[in-house]
Amino acid sequence: MQIVKKGATKKDVPLSEETNSKKKLTYKEYFQRQFRLVGANKTCYLFLAPFAIIFILFNIVPVFTSIFFSFTDYNVLQAPSFVGVDNYTNLILTDKVFMTAIQNTLLIAFITGPIGYLMAFLFAWMINELPRYLKSVAVLIYYAPSISGNVYLIWTTLFSGDEYGYANQMLLEMGVVSEPIKFLTDPKYIMSIVLIVVLWASLGAGFLGFVAGLKNVDKTLFEAGAIDGIKNRWQELWFITLPSMKPMLLFGAIMAITAAFNVSDVPKAVVGYPSTDYAARTVVTHLVDYGSERFEMGYACAIATLLFLLLILCKSLVEKFLNRIGQ
Amino acid sequence: MIDMARHRIIKKKVNRSKAGSVAIFIILGLFGVFFAFPLIFSINNALKPLDELFVNPPDIFVRNPTTDNFQDLFVLMSKSWVPFSRYIYNTLFNTIVGTVGNIFVCSMAAFVLAKYRFPGSKVFFRIVILALMFNGYVTSVPNYLVMNKLGWIDTVWSIVIPAFATPMGLFLMKQFMSGVPDALIEAAKIDGASTWRIFFKIVMPMVKPAWLTLMVFSVQQIWNNPAAMFIYSEELKTLPYALQQIVTSGVARAGVGAAVTLFIMVVPIGVFICAQSNVLETMANSGIKE
Repeated sequence: MQIVKKGATKKDVPLSEETNSKKKLTYKEYFQRQFRLVGANKTCYLFLAPFAIIFILFNIVPVFTSIFFSFTDYNVLQAPSFVGVDNYTNLILTDKVFMTAIQNTLLIAFITGPIGYLMAFLFAWMINELPRYLKSVAVLIYYAPSISGNVYLIWTTLFSGDEYGYANQMLLEMGVVSEPIKFLTDPKYIMSIVLIVVLWASLGAGFLGFVAGLKNVDKTLFEAGAIDGIKNRWQELWFITLPSMKPMLLFGAIMAITAAFNVSDVPKAVVGYPSTDYAARTVVTHLVDYGSERFEMGYACAIATLLFLLLILCKSLVEKFLNRIGQ
Repeated sequence: MIDMARHRIIKKKVNRSKAGSVAIFIILGLFGVFFAFPLIFSINNALKPLDELFVNPPDIFVRNPTTDNFQDLFVLMSKSWVPFSRYIYNTLFNTIVGTVGNIFVCSMAAFVLAKYRFPGSKVFFRIVILALMFNGYVTSVPNYLVMNKLGWIDTVWSIVIPAFATPMGLFLMKQFMSGVPDALIEAAKIDGASTWRIFFKIVMPMVKPAWLTLMVFSVQQIWNNPAAMFIYSEELKTLPYALQQIVTSGVARAGVGAAVTLFIMVVPIGVFICAQSNVLETMANSGIKE
């Protein structure tokens, strides 16, 4: 087994002495070499095996089956029948609600994704600057919206459309409005409410990852930095903390993208399902609608596959961007 | 000597201006109110007597705190058809086995992916990241088919085993382990430590913040899993499911509902606090410089 050197490029990885002559290998030699490497790394495969087996069974197989379903007409009860790319053409050319859903999802993703990501990092970083005894309390408070499955339901009480809602109660008392505003059913307000609640609940996996990641930054680097002329905590953040957190930044980014594009529970719970005029319809609520209300699983799978492609595109863009940090 | 001097520097906190600290304090405090809201709301609601829950204008804070809601909840629990301890046992079993398994399975895989290069390792990791992004909703039907083939429908394994290998767990652990210095592993290898020993005795203690964080996610996920999809037998059902059944009877049980919300939150919050205080106390010092 060979240990990979940190920062090593592909060329100088000392895999084995044959590596340098790689380009002249015939297929046969290549496979022989790969085979030898597999044999030499038996322990690695043993370590990987439990994860790989469960992961393939419960993730890979279902994902591929879903993508296969997207080319069929499948109502869950009868066997799927192959229809080619019909689902996709219907989706893009004739489904007007899907267009609304795409617009809403992109809006939500482009607003809550970056802001949620920055928020998660900044709050984690600020909490890390707090005195010790306050840190745990602060982390708990900021993570509270994600700790229990559906706490965002309290927003329905807050923004309820009658005078029982806290927001309306306040506005009525102050005399700003004469009758309660229907926050959750008026298409004018729906998206704003959804954005607020999604942002509020966006300190999840990425945030905790950052909190833990900040703890793992080598403290001696800060001393070295101070000696090398770093003057304030902003410089420290940019030149030391961020570069040494790169792996966690990528983790946070991918969790943020995934969350931002998969928003569905919040609009469903807060502004109703379906929402007035489909004002808060997202790609995933559209998918759930077809999957469990209309039993058109093939169509739902086509939606999921399109969303998947969108996410892959977004991920590769973000990865390119993250490579520039600290340079 | 050097060590003491270093300690002094850390204690003094280099590059920390007073104004900056105050600003951070104020910002965190202001936003804190906004984020702490669900906790404050749930706790207050659970302590409200029934008439206060429906008062107009609505109040956030409780005026006459009472434990009636919890007493009602426990009375309802004791009347349940399947003994309530059964639900608690099921949930505890799933959560403990699932979480321990999750940490081990993901960490082992993450360790070799982060620290060794072998044919297929990169491709495998890429696939895991992609799988993380695929919407979980549509995969539930194929998932059911797989479970059915394995004969795991209506057994605890349908909840516990898939929870072992979460793409997010592997991703988190791998990102952390890639920061462990290679020199440390090489040194251990020269000293004759086996791969398992390196993993268990050297790498795992170093990435303690990572697996404590994974523990939080895992407990939260499994604890809140109502297990409604693959489990039909009443005696295999879990606590959130049973509690939801109690609440669904509408207005008359609004108080109990508030108590249930808080009751379900208690365990994840407890685990969270234990894990976080541990994460925050871990001193990150690899003891080796590259």
